[in-house]
Amino acid sequence: MDKKPSLLESVIVHTVLLTFVAFAIYPILWVVSLAFSRGGLSSSSGALPVPHDPSFDNFRIVTAGSGGIFWLQLGNSLIVSLATAVVAVVIATPAAYALARFDFVGKKAGMGTLLATQMFPTVASAVPLYLLLEALHLLDSRAGLVLVYATTSVPFAIFQLRGSFETIPVELEEAAMVDGATRTQAFLRVVLPAARPAIAVTALFAFMSAWNEFILAATLLSRETAFTLPVVLQRFVGEHDAAWGPFAAGAMLVSIPVMALFYLAQRQLIGGLTAGGVKG
Amino acid sequence: MEQVETARAPKGSLVSSMETPLPLNALAAEKPVRCEARGIKKAFAGNAILKGVDVAIPEGGFAVLVGPSGCGKSTLLRLVAGLEEADEGSLFIKGKDVTKLPPRDRDIAMVFQSYALYPHLSVRENLAFGLKLRNTPEAEIASRIQEASAMLGLDKLMDRLPKALSGGQRQRVAMGRAIVRRANLYLFDEPLSNLDAALRAEVRVDIRKLHDKLGATSLYVTHDQVEAMTLADTLWVLNGGQVEQSGPPLEVYESPKSVFVATFLGSPPMNLFDAKIEERAGETWAVGQGIEVRDGRARKTSPAAGRAVKVGIRPHDLVVAEDTKTASGELHVELVEALGFEAYAYGWFTSSGPRVIARLEPEHARRARVGDVIPVRAVPERVHLFDAKTEQAL
Ligand SMILES: Nc1ncnc2c1ncn2[C@@H]1O[C@H](COP(=O)(O)OP(=O)(O)OP(=O)(O)O)[C@@H](O)[C@H]1O
Ligand SMILES: [Mg+2]
Repeated sequence: MDKKPSLLESVIVHTVLLTFVAFAIYPILWVVSLAFSRGGLSSSSGALPVPHDPSFDNFRIVTAGSGGIFWLQLGNSLIVSLATAVVAVVIATPAAYALARFDFVGKKAGMGTLLATQMFPTVASAVPLYLLLEALHLLDSRAGLVLVYATTSVPFAIFQLRGSFETIPVELEEAAMVDGATRTQAFLRVVLPAARPAIAVTALFAFMSAWNEFILAATLLSRETAFTLPVVLQRFVGEHDAAWGPFAAGAMLVSIPVMALFYLAQRQLIGGLTAGGVKG
Repeated sequence: MEQVETARAPKGSLVSSMETPLPLNALAAEKPVRCEARGIKKAFAGNAILKGVDVAIPEGGFAVLVGPSGCGKSTLLRLVAGLEEADEGSLFIKGKDVTKLPPRDRDIAMVFQSYALYPHLSVRENLAFGLKLRNTPEAEIASRIQEASAMLGLDKLMDRLPKALSGGQRQRVAMGRAIVRRANLYLFDEPLSNLDAALRAEVRVDIRKLHDKLGATSLYVTHDQVEAMTLADTLWVLNGGQVEQSGPPLEVYESPKSVFVATFLGSPPMNLFDAKIEERAGETWAVGQGIEVRDGRARKTSPAAGRAVKVGIRPHDLVVAEDTKTASGELHVELVEALGFEAYAYGWFTSSGPRVIARLEPEHARRARVGDVIPVRAVPERVHLFDAKTEQAL
């Protein structure tokens, strides 16, 4: 069974795999090549993702904006996304735990409502959210955006975390309580650490959904200093002239933090996805 | 009811010479009660599980709770631990009413069937967890862990996470976590059921040794008979939500109070026949379903002639007869099971009667064939009689 594949087999398998990989990363390579091409998209851009006239010009254009506005906008994105992740985890963790462990009046109805909120596309609520934020004087503010993002990321996080709490054996808490813990201590010292991978994954998801979100941000933000990066990016490809070069450079800059987070959270991610390590 | 029967000496002259001495139980007579449950009732969703259970464990006692699956053994243990709340009744530990106290204030330690080791903590931290919560000084924690790890051979595992341990090692860590606590009462819920047979036998011996060494008081739940018989000072047989019988294991085994206890303990299970009492030359005989046996057991009052009874004979006490005259019945062999050190023949006395199991000596076992008819003899002194209706022992 375990014999080494022959050379021919190896070549065939790798050819097929490489074809698929190429298929998947071709657009990405193209964006990368575009980002490093002076002048962006031009008639000389061929089908091959090779930068013509290579330079960092596009990155300079993106980050140069008047008075370092790009860095302000990057800060907006970071703050909003981090805050969304924190709010999601802080609210969802106790809620998910309660839903996983206790029986109470309205549990089913509550779960149903949470599920229902997940079923509507974001655009559907864009207008009412706009009116709400206007009434609260939170348009064009990071707090307003976090609030809006929380409405979708909190329910999602609750579902995710509830599932992972359910995989943690109740006996762990019972053992802790027999050992001398109060229910709160059992939660903080045993359940939370055991759920750490799942919580990390949940936070990452919340962060990413906020980081990449465009429609609501574009609707609710009109002041340039309040923009988050997806809105900034979109501005490069306006109706009249599409600055594809800077757009590609911006897209790369936007992707870097997410990739870095994924890389850092790799182990937690795998742990969270397999929910391992919690079996006594 | 059965309360504090632990301490009572066996009634009548039932103690045969076979019975091993039970020094611990003798001691128990003078020892104060460490843990007592009085009239415990518990229902789940209107479904009564425990219907008034009384259990008392003397200081240093090893009480084993047995019963069929689903009879509420774990429920009772969890009630004692405080993980479940009783509907009625009260619990005392060291004379203190703990009925309403949360688990942490009961000073108990528990070994779970699943071990329930904290997955994110190393073995050392698992052991220290309870002590830290109780603000035990660091030096004391270290010395207790040292002591427990020496007793259980955990030295090399101290810095591992539970997921890097084998089943047997996890079991020992779970034991260690209980030991370091030096609790008033140790609770075990089938702690050996996840181990393979060989390891189970080994750990079983270790548990009893540890119990004695620590001078602990233990309540142990199992449905494994061997564990129950070998570990217990006092056996508590739970059936239908109540304690059906309690006492030293051998006494319960030799003088079961009811058909239930008689058939629950012992493997292979006791043979049972429907029979009638007959008077024969001043002797009491039980006759029916192909069996004819003299009742040679000492009883307070011998049953009257004509009374409908159930006759119970353990397979071990049903042996090959020298001739048909001394035989209690004729076994039509359907199956012979040779275990090496002993052998059992399965079959029937009358085709409409119950299945009968008899013990064969090795030389008989070698010769016995399916279809043989073997005369077998019951040992009169080991005959159990139960009322046919109430199924209580006579
Ligand atoms: N939380 C609960 N809710 C509802 N029913 C329960 C609950 N806990 C136990 N029961 C029921 O109570 C009965 C006794 O359960 P328990 O676990 O005490 O049995 P047991 O004697 O330990 O059995 P086993 O030998 O199989 O472990 C079972 O019928 C079980 O279904
Ligand atoms: Mg059980």
